Amino acid sequence: MPPKQATADLRLKDRAGSIFDQMMPIFATLAALLVGAIFLLLLGANPLTAYGALAQGAFGSFNAFAETLVKSIPLLLVGLGTCIAYRGSVTNIGGEGQMIIGAILSTWFGLTFTELPGWLAIIIAMLMGILGGMIWGGIPGILKAYFNVNEILSTVMMNAIAVQIMNFLMRGPMIDPVQREASSQIPQTARLLESYRLPRLSPTRLHLGLLIAILLAVAVYFLLWRTTLGYRIRAVGQSQPASKYGGIDVKKHIVVALLLSGAFAGLAGMMQVYGVNYRMITDGSATGFTGNAGFNGIVAALFGQLHPLITIPASVLFGGLLVGANAMQRVVQVPSALITALNGLVVVFVVSSEFFRKRSQKRRLSQSGAEQATPEDAEMQQEAGEA
Amino acid sequence: MISDLLSATVIIGIVSSGIRLATPYLFASIGEMFGQRSGVLNLGVEGQMLLGSFIGFYVTLKTNNVWLGVLAAMAVGALMGLAMAFVTVNLHATQGISGIGFYLFGMGMSNLLFQKLVGTVEGVKGFQKISVPLLGKIPVIGDIFFNHNALVYLAFLLVPVAWFVLNKTTLGLKIRAVGENPEAADSLGVSVAGIRYLTVIMGGVFSGIAGASLSVALLNVFQQNMTAGQGFIAVALVYFGSWKPFGILGGALLFSMINALQLWIQVLGIPIPAELAVMMPYILTILVLTLSFSKGRGPSALTKVFEREG
Repeated sequence: MPPKQATADLRLKDRAGSIFDQMMPIFATLAALLVGAIFLLLLGANPLTAYGALAQGAFGSFNAFAETLVKSIPLLLVGLGTCIAYRGSVTNIGGEGQMIIGAILSTWFGLTFTELPGWLAIIIAMLMGILGGMIWGGIPGILKAYFNVNEILSTVMMNAIAVQIMNFLMRGPMIDPVQREASSQIPQTARLLESYRLPRLSPTRLHLGLLIAILLAVAVYFLLWRTTLGYRIRAVGQSQPASKYGGIDVKKHIVVALLLSGAFAGLAGMMQVYGVNYRMITDGSATGFTGNAGFNGIVAALFGQLHPLITIPASVLFGGLLVGANAMQRVVQVPSALITALNGLVVVFVVSSEFFRKRSQKRRLSQSGAEQATPEDAEMQQEAGEA
Repeated sequence: MISDLLSATVIIGIVSSGIRLATPYLFASIGEMFGQRSGVLNLGVEGQMLLGSFIGFYVTLKTNNVWLGVLAAMAVGALMGLAMAFVTVNLHATQGISGIGFYLFGMGMSNLLFQKLVGTVEGVKGFQKISVPLLGKIPVIGDIFFNHNALVYLAFLLVPVAWFVLNKTTLGLKIRAVGENPEAADSLGVSVAGIRYLTVIMGGVFSGIAGASLSVALLNVFQQNMTAGQGFIAVALVYFGSWKPFGILGGALLFSMINALQLWIQVLGIPIPAELAVMMPYILTILVLTLSFSKGRGPSALTKVFEREG
C-alpha cells in the first residue's frame, strides 16, 4: 500500500473512531434506558408500552412538543452554566438554590415596581435573576478560591438555605395579599402584571425564553472558545499549576466560573416565573419550584459533553423525558420518579464512558504514531501559541 | 418563651434528642471517612441513605422485624457502594460527578418504590428504647445517655471501634497507605483496588444503616426525600472532623444538638421563624468548612485515580 493511502486510511479510521467516541453519551443513555426497562419489568409494566407512552407524551403532538421545549428551557440554561463551571473544573451543583434566589429577586422586582413599560421590566427582571444567581454562585466561588471550601458541599448547603429563604418569604413577607386576607395561606406570591410576562407562542405555553436560551448557548460557545476569558477558564480547568505558571490568576477564574454558572441558573429561575407560572409558589421543597432542573440541567450538559451547542438538543431530550414521564405514569402506573433514577444512571454511565473514550483515543493515537497527548492537550497548546 | 429553654426538663430534652439525632450522622460519616481515607470521595451518601431508609422501612413494615429491616438496608447500601466502587476504581469516573448520579438514582428509586409499594403514610413499630440496667435509673444522666434505642448505642460504639481499626490494625494501616500514597502501597503488595472496594462498600453499608435509623428508629415512618440533605452534611462532617473518628463525633454532636435545639424552639413556640431555625445547620456547615480550611489536610490521594504503570 502506498504510504499516502495508508495515511488516508488511518485518517478515515480515525474519524470513524472519533464519531464512535462522540456517540458515547448516547450509548450511556441507551444503557440507562435498558436498566430502566428491567425495573419496569420488575414493577410489572411492559417496557415497550411504557417507553412508547413516554415518547408519545413528549414528542407525539405539537402541544406535547411545545411542553417539552418549555421544560427544556431551564435545563438548557442550567446546562450552559454547567458547561462553563465544569470546563473550569468547578463542580457547581447549586443550580437549585441559584434558580430560587434569581427567581426571588426578579419576582420581588416585578411585584414592587409596577409602573414600567413591559419590555423594560422584563429586561431588568432578567438582570435581577442573573444577579441573584451570581450572588448564590459567587459565595461558594469565593469560599472555594480563598478558603479552600469544597464547592460541591457548599453549593449543596446553599441549596438548602435558599429553599428556607423561599419558604419564609412565600409564607410571610411576599405572600399574595389575597392569600393573607382569605386566610387560606397558600404559600405563593401575587401574580405578575400581564405586560410583564414573557411573550408566548400561543396557544402553547412556549415562551420567548427558548430563543434567548439558544442565543445564549451560541454566546457561551464563543465565550469558551473565542475569548481570552474563556480560554483562561478552560486552562484553569485543565491544570491549575500550569495556569499559574502561565500567569493566570487561578483564584479569580474559579470565582468567575461560579459567578457565570450561577448567573445562568438565576436566569432560569427568573424565566420559570416570568415565562411559565407568573408567580412564585412553594411546596416546601426545592423541587416544587425548580422541578429538579438544577440537577437535570447538569445531566443535560454532561450528556452534551459540556459543549454548549450539543447541550441544546440534549436539553430537549431530557425535557422530553420529564414531560413524557407523566404520560408514562398515566399509562402504565409507574411513578414518574423512575425518570429521576434513570437520569442518575445516565450521569453515572456518561462519566464512566469517559474511560472507554480515553482508552480508544489513546489506542488510535499510538497507532497513528502521534505523541501520547490527548487532542484536548494539543488543542490547548495550539491556542496557547495563538494567544 | 426563651426562658423556657433554660428549664431543666427542656435542657435534658434537647441534649437527649441531640444524642439520638446524631445517629444517622455518625453512621454515614464514619462510613464515608473510611472511603475518603482510602482516597475515594463518595458523594452518593444521600442517595444510599434514602434507599436504605425506604428498604429498611419496607422490610420492617412487611416482616415486623426491625433487625431484618436494618439488614436489608445494609444490603442495599452495600450494592450501591459496590457500584460506586466499580465506576470509580475500575472505570476511573470522576468521583464528585458519579456521586451526584448515585444521589439522583437513590432519590428517584426510593420515591418510585415508595409510591409503588406503599403510597400512603404508614407507621412501623420501630426500635424500642432500651434502658441500660442500673445506669438508666440515674436521674438526669440516665435520661440523657442511657435511655435510647439500640442503633443509638451502636452508633456511638462505632466511633472508638473505627478509631481502633484505622489506627491500630493492619487493615487501617493499609487503608491509610492507599489514601496517602497508592503507588507506594501498591509496590508493597497492597491491593489498592481491593482496599478501595472494601472501604466504599463498607461506607455504603453504614449509609444504609444511617438511612434506616431515620425510618425505623427515629421517626418510624418513611417520607419522600426524608434525609433532607443529611447525607451531604455527613460528607461535610468528614472534612469538619479532619478525617478522624473522634473529630467526626464532635461535629456530629454539634450538628445534632443544634438540630434538637431547633426542634424544641419550634415546639415551645418561641417566635423565631421556623425557616431560620431549619437553615441553621446548613449555615453552620458552611461556616465550619470555611473556618476549618487551614486545619488539617485531607488524604493526599483523595479523588485521584490510581492506575498501575504499564
